Amino acid sequence: MSARYDTIVVGGGHNGLVAAAYLARAKRKVLVLERRPVLGGAAVTEEVFPGFKFSVFSYVVSLLRPEIIRELDLPRHGLQILPLESTVTPLDNGDYLASWADPDETRRELCRHSPHDADAAVLFGRLMHHMAMAVKPILGMVPPDPASLAPSDLRGLLRLGNHFRSLGAERFHALHKLMTMSSADYLDEWFEFDALKATKSASGIIGTFLGPRSPGSAYVLLHHYVGEIDGAFRAWGFQKGGTGAISDSIAGAARGFGAEIRTGAGVERVRVHNGRATGVVLTGGEEIEAPLVVSGLDPRRTFTQLLDPSQLPHELVDGVRRYKFRGSSGKVNLALDGLPDFTCLPGRGPHLRGAISISPSLEYLERAYDDAKYGEFSRHPYMDIVIPSMIDPGMAPPGKHVMSIFVQYAPYHLNGGWSDEKRDAFGDAVIRTLSRYAPNIESLILHRQVLTPADIERITGLSEGNIFQGELALQQLFFLRPVPEWANYRTPIRGYWQCGAGTHPGGGIMGGSGRLAALEILKDGRP
Amino acid sequence: MLKTSPFHSRTAPLVRAQTWRRWAGYQMASAYDPHPDREYAAIRNAAALIDVSPLYKYLVTGPDAARLLDRMVTRDVAKLKVGQVYYTPWCDAAGKVIDDGTISRLDEQRYRLTSADSSLRWLRMNAVGMRVDIEDVSERIGALSLQGPLARAVLQRVSPADFVALKYFRLVHTTVRDLPVTISRTGYTGDLGYEIWVEAERAVELWDALIAGGTPFGIVPAGVWALDVARIEAGLVMLDVDYFSAHHALIEEQKSSPFEINLAWTVSADKGPFNGRRALAAERKRGPAWAFVGIEVRWESLEKLFAEHRLPPQLPSIAWRTSAPVYHAGAQVGYASSGCWSPLLKKPLALAHLRAPHFEPGMDVQIEVTVEHRRKRADALVRKLPFFDPERKKA
Amino acid sequence: MSQPFDVVVIGAGTNGLVAAAALGQAGLRVLVLERENAVGGLGRSVEFAPGFRAAPFSIDPGWLPPAVARSLGLATLERRSLDAPVSVAMGKGAFLTLWGDPARAAQTIHGISGADAARWPDFTARLARLAGFLEVLYGMPAPDVDLPPGEWLPMLGLLRRLRGLGRADSIELLRILPMSVWELLDDTFESDSVKAAVAPTGVMNHRQGPRSGATGFVLLHYLVGANAGVMRGRPPWRDGPDTFLRAVEAAARRSRVSIRTGAEVVRIEVRDDAVHGVVLASGEEIAARRVLSTADPRRTLLGWVDPVWLDPEFLHAVRMIRFRGCTAFVVYGIDGLPELPGLASPEALSGVVSLSPSLDSLERAADAAKYGNVPERPHVELTVPTLLAPGLAPEGKHVLVARVQYAPYRLRDGAVWDDGLRERLAAAVTRAIAEVIPCFSTRVLHQVAWSPRDLEERFALTEGAPTHGEMALDQILFMRPVPGWGRHAMPIDGLYLGGAGTHPGPGILGGSGWLAARRLLGDRGRR
Repeated sequence: MSARYDTIVVGGGHNGLVAAAYLARAKRKVLVLERRPVLGGAAVTEEVFPGFKFSVFSYVVSLLRPEIIRELDLPRHGLQILPLESTVTPLDNGDYLASWADPDETRRELCRHSPHDADAAVLFGRLMHHMAMAVKPILGMVPPDPASLAPSDLRGLLRLGNHFRSLGAERFHALHKLMTMSSADYLDEWFEFDALKATKSASGIIGTFLGPRSPGSAYVLLHHYVGEIDGAFRAWGFQKGGTGAISDSIAGAARGFGAEIRTGAGVERVRVHNGRATGVVLTGGEEIEAPLVVSGLDPRRTFTQLLDPSQLPHELVDGVRRYKFRGSSGKVNLALDGLPDFTCLPGRGPHLRGAISISPSLEYLERAYDDAKYGEFSRHPYMDIVIPSMIDPGMAPPGKHVMSIFVQYAPYHLNGGWSDEKRDAFGDAVIRTLSRYAPNIESLILHRQVLTPADIERITGLSEGNIFQGELALQQLFFLRPVPEWANYRTPIRGYWQCGAGTHPGGGIMGGSGRLAALEILKDGRP
Repeated sequence: MLKTSPFHSRTAPLVRAQTWRRWAGYQMASAYDPHPDREYAAIRNAAALIDVSPLYKYLVTGPDAARLLDRMVTRDVAKLKVGQVYYTPWCDAAGKVIDDGTISRLDEQRYRLTSADSSLRWLRMNAVGMRVDIEDVSERIGALSLQGPLARAVLQRVSPADFVALKYFRLVHTTVRDLPVTISRTGYTGDLGYEIWVEAERAVELWDALIAGGTPFGIVPAGVWALDVARIEAGLVMLDVDYFSAHHALIEEQKSSPFEINLAWTVSADKGPFNGRRALAAERKRGPAWAFVGIEVRWESLEKLFAEHRLPPQLPSIAWRTSAPVYHAGAQVGYASSGCWSPLLKKPLALAHLRAPHFEPGMDVQIEVTVEHRRKRADALVRKLPFFDPERKKA
Repeated sequence: MSQPFDVVVIGAGTNGLVAAAALGQAGLRVLVLERENAVGGLGRSVEFAPGFRAAPFSIDPGWLPPAVARSLGLATLERRSLDAPVSVAMGKGAFLTLWGDPARAAQTIHGISGADAARWPDFTARLARLAGFLEVLYGMPAPDVDLPPGEWLPMLGLLRRLRGLGRADSIELLRILPMSVWELLDDTFESDSVKAAVAPTGVMNHRQGPRSGATGFVLLHYLVGANAGVMRGRPPWRDGPDTFLRAVEAAARRSRVSIRTGAEVVRIEVRDDAVHGVVLASGEEIAARRVLSTADPRRTLLGWVDPVWLDPEFLHAVRMIRFRGCTAFVVYGIDGLPELPGLASPEALSGVVSLSPSLDSLERAADAAKYGNVPERPHVELTVPTLLAPGLAPEGKHVLVARVQYAPYRLRDGAVWDDGLRERLAAAVTRAIAEVIPCFSTRVLHQVAWSPRDLEERFALTEGAPTHGEMALDQILFMRPVPGWGRHAMPIDGLYLGGAGTHPGPGILGGSGWLAARRLLGDRGRR
């Protein structure tokens, strides 16, 4: 063996790190190369303004696979999830809708708006439990290729078929509805209170370029519940020290197993010789050899940037071309002099420890989507707001606060393109909308960081700023993610693998892609 | 914040040991005294006053009110007379129980349904295509349960109604000290008893009137712990303890049919269409796979198990609600879902689900007990429910 | 006294007549009850002005499954393929005609985009192949996950057929079904006009715009039975829209089926969980142990059956069926053949001439309907049926049918379709036509507008939806009419549904009625 490494992982995002950790755990000599000075990709914590730390992009966590936490012993490396207990939706009539940590309190609150919905919520929760149970095995399996006759694919298909049959007709039909309906239609079957439907459906549109009334948006709803059934931690949580600390804990585990991690080392391209990967070339020209290269980057970069597309089959390149990124969300990070005062719940209350959802009605969300559909950012966007310093005081200087605002829709393909002026106008629209519900917000702002999808792409490298490395739409899931035939983490280049969220099971800080890719690599044996 | 009952301002100061519990989203007293014995004793010997306001209550009115309830529950609501009350479960299409409660016919076209769990959505789903109005009056109406051999005497003191004429599972609209109330001869103790329904804003007046009128008869406010012992002696099932709602069960095995929870008597064989009719008719024909029975633990056996550790039998002061396996001839044939030491019968009792054919009264079984951190099996006897059924209940 | 019938079939539309004929052939005594005074249902022509007739829903005459054609002796009925099935406005009075012959269409497209012209033949051929797969699926009972083993055999045939499509096509089928027609077209073509010509088929009678998920499926659905290259509609009957209906009626009568028109059913009698007969509006009772209704599922199950016989969950599912009628018609009697100066040939008017020049214009029309508004500029498609069937109008005169989307049945804030709104819509349509037909208004002799409300009354369509239930992935196959009840037998013994609200759905002549009849006969055999 001439090379010092037998595996190079391109990209130190959480999936790359997870893959590296699993490979190192199996005694592979792994080198992780990260372009940026910080690890984590979209899961980073940065002190953007002196004293104010932000989970710059991804900001909450619920989906990190429990088996990863367990197998990599992440708590030992600093994983500590603090509860994010409630969601409050301010309404346009000055009232609010809240969901609290306690089911009885939530029920009472729901009853205030619709006793019917309070009943329905219990049954809906039960159904989601079943649905999460139904998809869980799918999230943990390597997608079989339905058009293949290879024994492993046939076995996978059979397993899948048996799984669906074992669900029974009722649950299978419910799953079918969830996979194919719009979140608005799906929730219409359960609930009558509009703001409740809006707030629930909001979780179905995150990271996709779909409105709540577009079929396909219901599936993402389920993501909310998948974290719950595993009982690893609460549905939504906030990592102590910001999401970057999650990446650090995975990196810590990887290093503990002997992996080497280099930051400030951007990969220019993957070296291919005779249809086989032989190493990488860094932007500075440095060449590093390894018989195995694993890309944690998104499919567009993995296939058409790190490689010369002419080395790849035409169908694959065409599939990657058609693969939809369409970043649709932005982020506004605020350093605050104090706490916002919401008209609907004045003063400092428990609601500030949870999420604030700006989703007063389904029509509000749908109109926000309409703006984006025609190439504008939403004048009145959907926002998911958290104040991490309320849960983790270390994020801001004493008495000061940091606020994280996830904003949708902000289309990557903005009419006329993104510019500094457009970014400011976008930031202004966010603050203006928020001021309707928390009038003092403007006076509290010490610093403001506005991130458009173009910024997200520029900083993190995520194509078109899509936070999931590609939309979670039905035609881009499972054996179609990222493209048919190549959904099993392999590529046509021998020794070159994919492990990013652009592969099954996809986005959210889930780590599933990195883990499954690593396990497939190990199953394949040494190159 | 949890909800508080309309009687909270009166009951709260009485909870001496801060023994609170949740009941349907309400903060309710487990017991008022640090020890519940006196409260239980009042149920069987004098009169106990129990706040049962957390029950869900619905007013169902309109020309199709009876049709709605009849299509929903297993008993024949068409036969329910004005002033009569039914206890009944209701099922899903597969004949599995969703909940149980009472239906009171208040008037020609006016019914009140009580339930352990919230039922608004289910009522509405059943009311599709019917001319009926469903109103959730859970928070508008307070309810007190007055139970015990002297309950009638107490009411006669404070109300002009004819309580001798008021038969078991009948109701009367009357007054208590000029306060308009509805009084039904119902309860959850298996004893002589009444439930008094009052507008929530005047609830406190009712409490005061009953305490004042009841004091000469030894009236005692009682909490859920005392009630729990009484209902086990009476062999009455409890939702979420002895069975799970078909709507909330996570797996099929957690569901029960009325036949499987000792409610066969509530399933009408000749009424018109209702939810679960086909499935229940088939089950009746087939015979149920499970039965809900009483289990009486043999004292000698229990004594022996404890004696091995040089201890007398340790008896719980409150009812238990953890599942305990039941065996026959070495194999598990079921499980007990709740149980207690009966201060009245002086026996350890349990309510159990047993698989056919092990549920015949008189059958010998064994129940798991924990003795000094060790799991043991005590000999027990299958008993027909209820364990305790005094004549005064219906007389 | 009523005669003893084995089966009462409700509705003498195509499904009803086909079902009745099939049942009659099997020796059952069948009575068909029709509310109207004429048979034909949705397909029939109506006189809208003295001497002027139109069959608005027969502009696309639909696909006749070969099995139905064979067994009812309809295989000899002749169709007439159109040279110019679809043309689309390109602005400034110009039109693009997509000839039925793909090579000829490609030549025309070449004038606006060479790349699109090159892709057209492959694109249309592939869609035809994929629609061919649906054709197989639509000829058999809907497969379900809890299929008894005895019914697996046809499933294997289906799987073989899927594999027979080949790797690329079968993957493409799975990919296209959940996609939006907009994505599908955007991935393939660059010309707005080509996209705008194809897209309306994907939103046919659908209250969603082309950007909405699963409109790719809707496109395929309405291409079943169309000639490859024809992107709108199946070929018309050679001798006019009524030819087919007369033939089906004759087939039914040959099987000794009794047909009563002007007989409106108001109730289905149920005793002991089994059908006992029907009651007419006149009060007349007709006894029968089996009823096969081709009315839509909501009308049948919620309107005619005492709800106490149905499980509340089932009732809920029926109530949740989405209908969402959004189609209106404006029908004109004109003094001669209208001239569209930009149109390549006047015979293009025997096909469909679409006035929406781009995907965006379609989408914006759908946006309005989404919020319950009638769009300022609706999507309008013109056809002159008198070109092929001159008998529909007096000598020398013509009928112009304008099919209009999106005219939502459910209007915002509880508004209703009254005369004023109907006239406003008609005026908007007339204005749009006048932009392409000079002096149009001077040539109009008669004009009638049918709002979705009018269609509901005239054709007994719940919410004015000719689909009997929106075509969406959660409302097809085993999910149609409601999940788990896709095989035509309803939970009441002897009650069958055989209208377009059941598998395989709208646009398929007798498809549902035929399968329902077969199911009824199969059940009878089992007893």
